[in-house]
Amino acid sequence: MSTHSTSSPLKMYFAVFFALLVGTGLTVFAATLDLGRYNAAVALGIATVKATLVALFFMHVWHASEKLTKLVVIAALFFLLLLLGLTMSDYATRLWS
Amino acid sequence: MSMAPNPILQPTIPQAAERENYLNKEYGAWSWLLTTDHKRIALLYLLSITFFFFIGGFFALLIRLELLTPAGDLVQADTYNKLFTMHGMVMVFFFLIPSIPAVLGNFLVPLMIGAKDLAFPRINLISWYLYIIGGVMMLHCMLTGGVDTGWTFYAPFSTSFTNTKIVEAGLAIFVAGFSSILTGLNFVVTIHRMRAPGMTWSRLPLFIWAHYATSIIQLLGTPVIAVTIVLVAAERALHLGIFDPKLGGDPLLFQHLFWFYSHPAVYIMILPSMGVITEIIACFSRKRIFGYHFVAFSSIAIAVFGFLVWAHHMFVAGISVYSALVFSFLSYAVALPSAIKVFNWTATLYKGSIHYDAPMLYAFGFLGLFTIGGLTGLFLSALGIDVHVTDTYFVVAHFHYIMVGGAVMGYLGGMHFWWPKISGRLYPEGWARLAALIVFIGFNLTFFPQFVLGYMGMPRRYYDYSHMPEFQVLNVLSTAGATVLGVGYLLPMIYFLWSMRYGKPASDNPWNAAGLEWKTSSPPPTFNFDEEPIVTWEAYNYDELDAPHQEEVQVAK
Repeated sequence: MSTHSTSSPLKMYFAVFFALLVGTGLTVFAATLDLGRYNAAVALGIATVKATLVALFFMHVWHASEKLTKLVVIAALFFLLLLLGLTMSDYATRLWS
Repeated sequence: MSMAPNPILQPTIPQAAERENYLNKEYGAWSWLLTTDHKRIALLYLLSITFFFFIGGFFALLIRLELLTPAGDLVQADTYNKLFTMHGMVMVFFFLIPSIPAVLGNFLVPLMIGAKDLAFPRINLISWYLYIIGGVMMLHCMLTGGVDTGWTFYAPFSTSFTNTKIVEAGLAIFVAGFSSILTGLNFVVTIHRMRAPGMTWSRLPLFIWAHYATSIIQLLGTPVIAVTIVLVAAERALHLGIFDPKLGGDPLLFQHLFWFYSHPAVYIMILPSMGVITEIIACFSRKRIFGYHFVAFSSIAIAVFGFLVWAHHMFVAGISVYSALVFSFLSYAVALPSAIKVFNWTATLYKGSIHYDAPMLYAFGFLGLFTIGGLTGLFLSALGIDVHVTDTYFVVAHFHYIMVGGAVMGYLGGMHFWWPKISGRLYPEGWARLAALIVFIGFNLTFFPQFVLGYMGMPRRYYDYSHMPEFQVLNVLSTAGATVLGVGYLLPMIYFLWSMRYGKPASDNPWNAAGLEWKTSSPPPTFNFDEEPIVTWEAYNYDELDAPHQEEVQVAK
């Protein structure tokens, strides 16, 4: 629905694709390092950056003029926060009792 | 207030001139299997979900027959485990979730907002094919051994212990889940972008608001269950440590992820039903819905609050007490928008010109059964009581009052209300009223004893209660009720089929109802309206619709 979807430069797609490849390489590299408790955090951090790139550029959220597109993205993030936040409310307080 | 036919209605047309409509425009199997017409896809869904309803119902019948006697004498224990598992999976994922949205929603959303079709007609057809692929996989799973975990797939039993067809059943639900996501996506875009001129958000029928709220849950919740099922499959097949403590996982994480979707999934079932009931109550009370905006926004509130309460399914599972307190409080909160709806429906009935046609009987049934189901939900939200009745028949009775007493009553009410529009024929009103009565009696006879059984301590998912023979009387009542309920469900199927051939041709608006769907022909043409409608009136303008009769009365004075 975005009017920008057809005018996005091919260069940008390749740049994002290259960035995703770098991210994949970083993930593989990070897997060879023992970062202790930060292993998962680093892997998830890289994955989050990659997912953000895909959403912003490949899914045209960055240039979206549609309010509906923005609404969907905001709603999805909000519900993801609910899932993570309320689940962590259990894990974070389980030892209190 | 009488059972006499509604005097203001002109249900039949004098001469059934055969107009071109979506049913007779094209013939042949391919015209159906490759259709992108939302109305035809709705009928494809209708046939499909009816098929799965009878499969799920067959499992229910076997469960009730087993529990007729205290001893486990009809099936083996592991067979019983599979029966209640497959009953739950089929009924939840292949009947209840698609029931109203995919059948009535598909048929009515474009008609009600004055659109020619849904925003993505091909995606709509793909969603039906995904449903069918998922359904075939589930059938194959059932025929080759089935699953015994309960429909909830709880880890670590599902990931580490059982040898039944977990991965196949999971994949079936995964695929069917995408069907649900695509339906939700279609509705959201259609409602935002394809409303007829003048059809503002405040003029939308509340059926549309209910489906909009449902779509939010379908879009944002279903991916979570899909991922969760993939994680179960990954742990079983690849031994990744996600839910198994031996591998560094946490079994409660499964329950968190599962219920994040599966509790709101109940609202996928009940919200569309609430939308149906709203339309029926307004029409058969001949009144504008009391508190239109409150009813509309309470649908959105239910969709959002519904995502905040999931851990009330886990109070005894070992979650943090502090977290449980928060979830208990939030579970009470979700009752508020539901109560707003019930009070507003009741206020709409007040001083209404009530007609007791079959759809309205189902609506009355819904009001009573949903209220009982909702109030017993508050019992389960309370930490202290929940500990006492967790995993007993009290819980089974509670959620059947919501998912069957609420959702299925709404579905049947809606099928009766819009049947003249769908088929162009009238169903036999007398039989329909009888069926509604039988369903109501059969339902209560089946499930009310289960509240008592649960309160007395009968656990769910046990096939043998010979150590507690005093439970038998209530179980016999429940099984007898299930038989009555079965008759109540069979009757509409028989007379709907009968009416397609022998029913009287319906007029365009046999109920003299408000709403754009009644302003086109019955059955509607392929693109719904001959001309794009322009909406200049408010929703539920029954005052205006009935005004000519008021004028007649004034003239007579």
